[in-house]
Amino acid sequence: MGAQLRVYKRRIRSVTATKKITKAMEMIAASRVVKAQRKVAASAPYATELTRAVTAVATGANNKHALTTEVENPTRAAVLLITSDRGLAGGYSSNAIKAAEHLTTQLTNERKHVDTYVVGRKGLAYYNFRDRGVSESWTGFTDNPTYADAKRVAAPLIESITRDTADGGVDELHIVFTEFVSMMTQTPVEQRMLPLTLASSTAEESAEVFKQGAEVRPLFEFEPSAEDVLDALLPRYVESRIYNALLQAAASEHAARRRAMKSATDNAGDLIHNLSRLANAARQAEITQEISEIVGGASALADATAGSDK
Amino acid sequence: MAAELHVELVAADRNVWSGEATLVVARTTSGDIGVMAGHQPLLGVLESGSVTIRTSSGENVVAAVHGGFISFAENKLSLLAEIAELADEIDVDRAERSLERAKAEADAAAERRAEVRIRAVTAAR
Repeated sequence: MGAQLRVYKRRIRSVTATKKITKAMEMIAASRVVKAQRKVAASAPYATELTRAVTAVATGANNKHALTTEVENPTRAAVLLITSDRGLAGGYSSNAIKAAEHLTTQLTNERKHVDTYVVGRKGLAYYNFRDRGVSESWTGFTDNPTYADAKRVAAPLIESITRDTADGGVDELHIVFTEFVSMMTQTPVEQRMLPLTLASSTAEESAEVFKQGAEVRPLFEFEPSAEDVLDALLPRYVESRIYNALLQAAASEHAARRRAMKSATDNAGDLIHNLSRLANAARQAEITQEISEIVGGASALADATAGSDK
Repeated sequence: MAAELHVELVAADRNVWSGEATLVVARTTSGDIGVMAGHQPLLGVLESGSVTIRTSSGENVVAAVHGGFISFAENKLSLLAEIAELADEIDVDRAERSLERAKAEADAAAERRAEVRIRAVTAAR
């Protein structure tokens, strides 16, 4: 076998092996997306009810709680960035990181000091490589987060927002994650979690919250007291928001990976197609060459014998 | 036939129970509270303990909740808990085992969780 042909054969073999891997990853990601989507849906009732309750307290009781009122001159802000642990998910992590960078620049321009909290190995690697410290980071659960994980992430954030700014606490809490819109679309979003804005990121959602706010105007009876309820409610609210963000990020990660792996599989298919064309051409060329060599050799021999006869 | 209220019992990761009920009894931080239809809008902090829901058919649904909130407005009552389990779902043997383990390890939180579970099952019987 000719050298050229052998090279093509080897490359086809290697691309076929890669294709098998990407195909398997695509199918695994596809099944996990469905599971992750189901988890997002299952967590929705809790989040909705909790948001309703928080809205009720925030609009119904006119008390001044540290977590609902805006500080006049916010100087410190915390940004929680949610990325993935593993790569091979297209632009998933880098898009989220880009959104976080955008938010950080914006906050810095507003003269706020930014503390960064990172979930996922990819985000952490980004900050470590640039030698920019992160306040805290968590890894190891981004593809299947549980409520306990969300609690772990929320604890230091709640702690730092309740602390005084002078002692290293923060005035604002932002979250950057990838929203799962559909199988094909996942968009990185930046949201301010605390202090509460009664309007969420999207206009549609905020309209709904305002409508609910108007609905629950009737005076609530608080048990044991409005402050205590709010004190207990807000950490749960933060946890639930983080949990929801983690779940959406997980679903987005799987969807992004599925898409990336699908195009990788398609590309591998194209590559194999082209390579087999080239390999066939090389084989044909080799055969043609061999034939012409034989024909050439035979005629040379024939010429030689014809010459000797004379 | 008593007036009914709509009840949603939701945990952080799933909807545990929902339906119509005539009475809901839960334990808040300041004591037990019973809510019937037409109650004043209410928002309370729950202790970990058992919640009893008397359904419109007269049965009692008992659930163990580990912290959370009760909120009632417009004849709709929601019980929010990070962890909530119906009494039927609780494995008593497992709860007893974990109670013993928690006692041995002096883990107060785990002990409390196991106790709440066992109590909910006893209440349901």
